Amino acid sequence: MIPPVALEICVVCLGIFLLMAESFSFKSNKVTLAHGAIFGLVCVFILSFFIETNPVAMQDSGFYVVDGLSLFFKRFALLATILTLILAIDYLPIVQRLVPAERPEAGSGEFFILPVFTCAGLMWMASAADFIMIFCALELVTISLYIQVAYTRRSLASLEAGTKFLVLGALSTGFFIYGITWIFGMTGETNLAVIQKNLSIVPEANHTAILFGLAMVLVAIGFKIAAAPFQFWVPDVYQGAPTPITAFLAVASKAAGFLILIRVLQPFFVLESFQAKLILVLLLLAALTLIYGNLAAIPQTNFKRLLGYSSIAHAGYLLVGLAAIGDAFAGRAVVFYLSGYFLMTFLAFLVMVPVTKATGGDDLSHFNGLARRSPGLALAMLIAAASLAGVPFTVGFFGKFFVFEAAMNQELYLLVLIGVITVASGFYYYFKVIRAMYWQPAPEGCGAVAVSPLSKLAIGLCTLLILVLGFYPQLLIRFLP
Amino acid sequence: MSSVSPLLFLILVPILSAVLVMAGANPRFTSILGAVLNVLFFLAVAVFFNPAQAGFQFVSSFPVVPQLGISFTLGADGLSLIMLFLSVIVTLAAVCVARAPLENARWFYASILLISAGVVGAFASVDVFFFYMFHELALIPTFLLIGIWGSGDRQAAAWKATVYLATGSFILLLGIIGLYLIQPEGARSFDLRQMVANAQAGQVPDSPVVYLLLLVGFGILVSLFPFHTWAPQAYASAPAPASMLHAGVLKKFGLYGLIRLAVPILPESVQEYAPILLTLLACNILYVGYCTIAQRKLDLMLGYSSVMHMGYIFLGFVAFNQFSLTGASLMLLSHGLTIAVLFALCGEIRERTGTLDFSELGGIARVTPKLGLAFGFAAMASVGLPGFVGFAGELLVFFGSFASGEPQMGFLDGKEVFGFNGYQIATICAVWGIVISAIYMLRAYRRVFMGPLSDRWSRLPDLAGLPHAAIVILIGIMLFFGFFPQILVNLVTPALLLP
Repeated sequence: MIPPVALEICVVCLGIFLLMAESFSFKSNKVTLAHGAIFGLVCVFILSFFIETNPVAMQDSGFYVVDGLSLFFKRFALLATILTLILAIDYLPIVQRLVPAERPEAGSGEFFILPVFTCAGLMWMASAADFIMIFCALELVTISLYIQVAYTRRSLASLEAGTKFLVLGALSTGFFIYGITWIFGMTGETNLAVIQKNLSIVPEANHTAILFGLAMVLVAIGFKIAAAPFQFWVPDVYQGAPTPITAFLAVASKAAGFLILIRVLQPFFVLESFQAKLILVLLLLAALTLIYGNLAAIPQTNFKRLLGYSSIAHAGYLLVGLAAIGDAFAGRAVVFYLSGYFLMTFLAFLVMVPVTKATGGDDLSHFNGLARRSPGLALAMLIAAASLAGVPFTVGFFGKFFVFEAAMNQELYLLVLIGVITVASGFYYYFKVIRAMYWQPAPEGCGAVAVSPLSKLAIGLCTLLILVLGFYPQLLIRFLP
Repeated sequence: MSSVSPLLFLILVPILSAVLVMAGANPRFTSILGAVLNVLFFLAVAVFFNPAQAGFQFVSSFPVVPQLGISFTLGADGLSLIMLFLSVIVTLAAVCVARAPLENARWFYASILLISAGVVGAFASVDVFFFYMFHELALIPTFLLIGIWGSGDRQAAAWKATVYLATGSFILLLGIIGLYLIQPEGARSFDLRQMVANAQAGQVPDSPVVYLLLLVGFGILVSLFPFHTWAPQAYASAPAPASMLHAGVLKKFGLYGLIRLAVPILPESVQEYAPILLTLLACNILYVGYCTIAQRKLDLMLGYSSVMHMGYIFLGFVAFNQFSLTGASLMLLSHGLTIAVLFALCGEIRERTGTLDFSELGGIARVTPKLGLAFGFAAMASVGLPGFVGFAGELLVFFGSFASGEPQMGFLDGKEVFGFNGYQIATICAVWGIVISAIYMLRAYRRVFMGPLSDRWSRLPDLAGLPHAAIVILIGIMLFFGFFPQILVNLVTPALLLP
């Protein structure tokens, strides 16, 4: 049996090894690096099934927990990184065109290596049970993402995205630290488990101060999960960043944000007076996010930007699930939704990258007639869009159903009503891509879109999983913590 | 998992045919083969069905989300057997009538087959959750069918129908979740049998909110009066097989659902909110009826008429007695068959002439006598002429609904009074609706088939081949059940669980 920390250590070592290999080997083919990274991460993924689930040594330290939730998210992060790397291999020609270098292949190695470090950060975050630990892991993730977002230096959009992400990311970090200090000042602790114990002995007069600190922390997490009104960086950053990194941001970074949210809120839910206020805040956030994300997505014409707004909208549904956390099934509903979101978003990006390469852009009009050019790709995108919209027999529908069921059970009727109205607008904007693919004629002189075998495999797997889980969600629910 | 229900094959055949079609098999041949196989499967099921036995037969169950009591449960009783019959027979007619479009015939047939799988699945489901899910299987195929192969203002029609139906179905989902949550804790399940058992044990509070959610959700899907605006345009624009399946079968889902869910579980709410529904359905019959008269194109006229006829079935549902509910069930079948024939013929005419404008057509019965005869039959069936199954249904609905509610006539408390209650007024409106439908159907028949024949249409080919056979079969079934409606009544009666 392997100690759990070994997983993160392996990932970090893998990253360092790849960096060394890139510097000292003269091989010019950087794709080998990506294959190496994918292979390494798959190994770690397999290792994760052989670790000690309840190590004695770790129990007392308190800043690092190993429970079902953290293990689930570690695997989630590993898979997300693997898929990002698969996307990145396909995206390589565009990176090479947009990165100034003497030789075309120079300067693209890090594009494959940085996600590995981000992955390590995400995995640490999954186990973090102490504000300091959460903060360090979060920074590892965010700083490596800053570089990745701005990676394609010749693209103005990418630079703009990088700057925006950096400035607002730094701002949210500031909020986070500030909030932690308030909470630390009032409870004398940064460890979440101890905070939970201390809360009961903190005098009533200090509760406002704790709530203030918690509000600051929530603002910071709101940035990470792209909840309205902290969502304004999302569309520009998503559109400007290199497409694989957009996918990574949309899935892994958001999932990590939700994980932290669950971890941070847990101790504070114990106090009745806190619980009511926190749920109210979550309700407001959820309602705003749902309305903003879905309505703003309607007029979009760029598919990447559309997915940016859609990721805001999905954050809204996830927040509905969190607001209903009193329901026994709500926690699993949120994790299920995240997993479904993982599959469908990556599927959309996996189809999008080859299409962008073949047509030279990522507007909705670039998908015109895709069904006539590459019926398979179009079918995969059709399934992704249907799942994102929440059509039955896809995993997206079950996600929404579980979340709404939990919310109805908690009698959050108004929120559910908002949810239903926004689902309807979701149908409109997700079906726009279906319209482009199936209704519109293909531009003259275009053949089939080329897809690499690795992408084909990933697309096939994602499609299959979406459909299978859309009929038999128990397959996944069984594994949920 | 208990033994496999034969109904599973009814669902799998169209799905597998669709997969085969997409994989490259000959689309038209494979679809027709699949549809014929399904009719044969259905006949086999019907032979083994025991009409004397109450409750669901051929039940098989497979737990999907045990935590929430969701399982993939199939089964059939008399009512669902009738709906399954409608589904398979209209599917067969639809694939026979379908012309291979110039390009992408594969998607076309696969979409039709998927809609068919959805309706069969919905009517074969005992689990309310899967009943809902299967209905939604039609959403994307419909969007594609109207958007790619539609006519007229197809894009607007497809968008409107899709967004409307998606909204309706999510409202319906809330209703179904509500229905689940009002079940007593510990006995919660999406299984219809469990729900009904709970209700019969008096453990389910009658929640008006849930009923209204169900009514609005189903109402949008069935095109109940203020929510009907998506339907006429969508049916008019859709290619004939899509309209046949959608207007003929899929739309019956909502009424079927109300009869299945609201009647046994929420009887008090149905009666409490009857005045609202009576008003709406009267609008369906009168307002939409007059709109139908005003139409100048055959396809739009049929679209409106199919919306209008939903009013009768709603009347049967809301009147809430044995007669009226039986009548409503019969009308589900009769309207499905009739509108399928009408849309099929409408498609045939469009195929030949390229227009459906009354002002351009005329006299074509001279060159296409079979088409004219078939249209005449279907138009009369739609009006409710005796001899067609619709007559039996309408008659039962009217008898039932006129007897419903508090009597306002005769001697009450020793005083002679003469007045009508809401049900009776609605019934009178509905009877007037028959006159309206006679007006527009006969007018359409006159404008299209009678009168002087323009030279443009002097060489139109008559009905022939498979489409002809399919239409003859449908009309034959209408006549058969028109003369022997008792077969249907015997099937439906044990399935109606009046409290």
